[in-house]
Amino acid sequence: MAEVRPRGVQSTMTVGAAAVARRFVQRLTGLREFNILVALLFLGAFLSVTTEAFLTTGNLFGVARAFSLTAIVAIGQTMVILTGGIDLSVGSVLALAGLSTGMLLERGVPLPLAMLTGLAVGALVGLVNGLLITRVGLPPFIATLGTLSIGRGLVYVLTKGYPVTVPYDYQAFIWLGQGYVWIVPVPVIVMVALTILGTIFLGFTTYGRYIYAVGGNPEAARLAGIPVERVKLLVYVLCSTLAALAGLILVARLVSAQPSAGLGFELPVIAASIIGGTSLMGGEGTVLGAVLGAAIMGVLENGMVLLGVSTYAQQAVTGTVIILAVALDIWQKRRRARVRRARG
Amino acid sequence: MSVPVLEARDISKRFPGVVALEGVTLRVYPGEIHAVVGENGAGKSTLMKILSGVHQPNEGELLLDGRPVRFADPRQALAHGIGIIYQELSVVDTLSVGENIFLGRLPQRVGVPGVVDWHRLWRDAAQVLERVGAPVDPHQQVRELSVAQKQLVEIARVLSQDVRVLILDEPTSSLSLQETARLFEILRGLRAQGVAIIYISHRLEEVFAIADRVTVLRDGRVVGTQPIGEATREGLIRMMVGRDLSAYYGTVRSSPGPARLEVRQLSRAGVLRDVSLTVRAGEIVGLAGLVGAGRTELARCLFGVDPIDAGEIRVDGQRVTIRNPQDAVRHGIVLVPEDRKLQALVLILTVRENIALPVLPRLARFGFLSRRREEELAQGFVERLRIRTPSLEQRVLNLSGGNQQKVVLARALATNPKVLILDEPTRGIDVGAKAEVHALIAELAEAGMAILLISSELPEVLSMSHRVLVMSGGRLVAEFPREEASEERVLAAATGQARVA
Repeated sequence: MAEVRPRGVQSTMTVGAAAVARRFVQRLTGLREFNILVALLFLGAFLSVTTEAFLTTGNLFGVARAFSLTAIVAIGQTMVILTGGIDLSVGSVLALAGLSTGMLLERGVPLPLAMLTGLAVGALVGLVNGLLITRVGLPPFIATLGTLSIGRGLVYVLTKGYPVTVPYDYQAFIWLGQGYVWIVPVPVIVMVALTILGTIFLGFTTYGRYIYAVGGNPEAARLAGIPVERVKLLVYVLCSTLAALAGLILVARLVSAQPSAGLGFELPVIAASIIGGTSLMGGEGTVLGAVLGAAIMGVLENGMVLLGVSTYAQQAVTGTVIILAVALDIWQKRRRARVRRARG
Repeated sequence: MSVPVLEARDISKRFPGVVALEGVTLRVYPGEIHAVVGENGAGKSTLMKILSGVHQPNEGELLLDGRPVRFADPRQALAHGIGIIYQELSVVDTLSVGENIFLGRLPQRVGVPGVVDWHRLWRDAAQVLERVGAPVDPHQQVRELSVAQKQLVEIARVLSQDVRVLILDEPTSSLSLQETARLFEILRGLRAQGVAIIYISHRLEEVFAIADRVTVLRDGRVVGTQPIGEATREGLIRMMVGRDLSAYYGTVRSSPGPARLEVRQLSRAGVLRDVSLTVRAGEIVGLAGLVGAGRTELARCLFGVDPIDAGEIRVDGQRVTIRNPQDAVRHGIVLVPEDRKLQALVLILTVRENIALPVLPRLARFGFLSRRREEELAQGFVERLRIRTPSLEQRVLNLSGGNQQKVVLARALATNPKVLILDEPTRGIDVGAKAEVHALIAELAEAGMAILLISSELPEVLSMSHRVLVMSGGRLVAEFPREEASEERVLAAATGQARVA
């Protein structure tokens, strides 16, 4: 990363390697992602010592596969939250998209078409969300609360409450949920690929920068000539499409589309974003943070299972982690702001 | 003058790595309006925070009526009769005026603790408002009030607590000329009641209009305190910046060329009526008027922020259709909006990111950003506009007001505009930065840009412009060539006292 210094400041060469290293460490430790990574490593180390099952290839990839769906959707959710919005409808979209694909496969529709339809259903709900927010002017919370309910209602109407089973001849589809590449589960590969793509999109493209600008100050973004409405439409479509993809993976994994799939799914997804450092005010956050946020929740859940903590207590622990993570972040920000104020 | 009601004696305040105040002494007497002026970073805010109990001094002491006092927090300072009104108002929009005045200490029914005595609340509120001279109904919701009225509510709230020293931090930054005049009347009324007023402002005109004495701070030290009768504008500026600013307001040297921006019969229902104007290449046209006269609204229409109902806009003779800011930028029109924090800057983004924002597509290849080109662009402007920032990667949040404004200007210029619309380009920035902005505007005009300059500071408009247009009630009501424009004539036109064709 190139850094431009004001005139009169010594060049890096003369300051020496130690200072460079110090600055690098300072910058690194200032990152929310770094905090989570450290927490994740500590948690992993603790579980490796206290349980025998944790530090095994099988368990680790199992955990990764378990949180991969949350992480995939959290990538989209983070983009929405970055613009200052929120998408509550992801759980319903997940179910609706999975069901669409499942029903088409049940009727013998060719796999690519069935999958594309599922993703298109997701994109469509995202478009509806986006239009309700940009054209009708609904607050994102209300618009997506509405589509959450509508989507779930549609799922129950279509299924009458019964699951839809995917015929076993669609092995290629089932591979998406159950398969491995070497020892790595396919959903984990999808998650990693999307993390990389999402990071490149947010960090290195014009629209990525627009997303941060819109969330940081919508009015300023508009007056700077940024197509604010188009940016918002885009993030809702992306988020819903990712939720749809997660829905397809879930159906492939279970070999059936459950009407209750993804019920309440918006909560862990939003939690992952927030634990990952995304500010609900918009403008701050990263895809990597969101994925790490999902990871820490996944590892925690796994650890509690291994340690024999009752499933009932697990939710409470997850809630505590959310609060602790955000409280820690606020505390750090305040401390940094104090230092800054003191410097004038 | 006998004993100062409040005295700060040899106050020093250090923050880690910085000396904010060094041996500052300030005496404020009952019934005086004492202006404190200085550039941004001179230590005004720190001093006020010490007087009002937010910070505690490292050295020196505060004396109240000649007796030493210590304030642990703002509440203690208030209990001792020292109230402060910040630039950012802190009224609760959804409550009534009366509730706001007694917020946190609503009167309670005798014998029924916890139940509000509404009758007393309205009566006491009305009394306080009358003392302030504020024509506001205690029952009214604060959100329905103008900024000026909200400020009066806040003054009423502070005064209702038996305040003897009232500190006002940049109180007129968002008031119109009329509202400012009204505020001054009220402050003079309070002075007559014996209240000591500490008045912080960037606007020297106001200091001369209202203050009895003026203290100048520079780099955390007191440069001097003078009775206003002995102070001169040039003298104060010299004290503030520590050097002579040869031309406080820039002078225009360019000679206008062909018409760049032509506006014909522009109308927007309820806001603008039949506005026609021309700005030529190399010409600076000043747009004066009271707040609400339609100046900002005109700027927003020209930039495509708000739609127009009728009329046409031409750039270099070509008729253009402007539906949104992207269209405007494409046709070479750019706006520097009046509120840099709310409308112009994305505060959490960096200097580089803010400057490059409107031209990202131009800098990008196939939608991918070019970090190197962004840096080149931003570095070029940082040097050209002398933006003082530790690095391009500094968040604009951490820059001073003047440097933030320069970032906004840099961003506007990054679009290579033909027409530059400036809405209050020097509001709330210190005199040094102001002079630099003025010099830049003059330089841009010389390079052939057409500039529409909106400003509530008449001296700025008068000295910078080739022509001055005056708006009132959404219409252009007067036009003065530079030689014929004077504060009196412009004000008369703006307030509708005279019609000059």
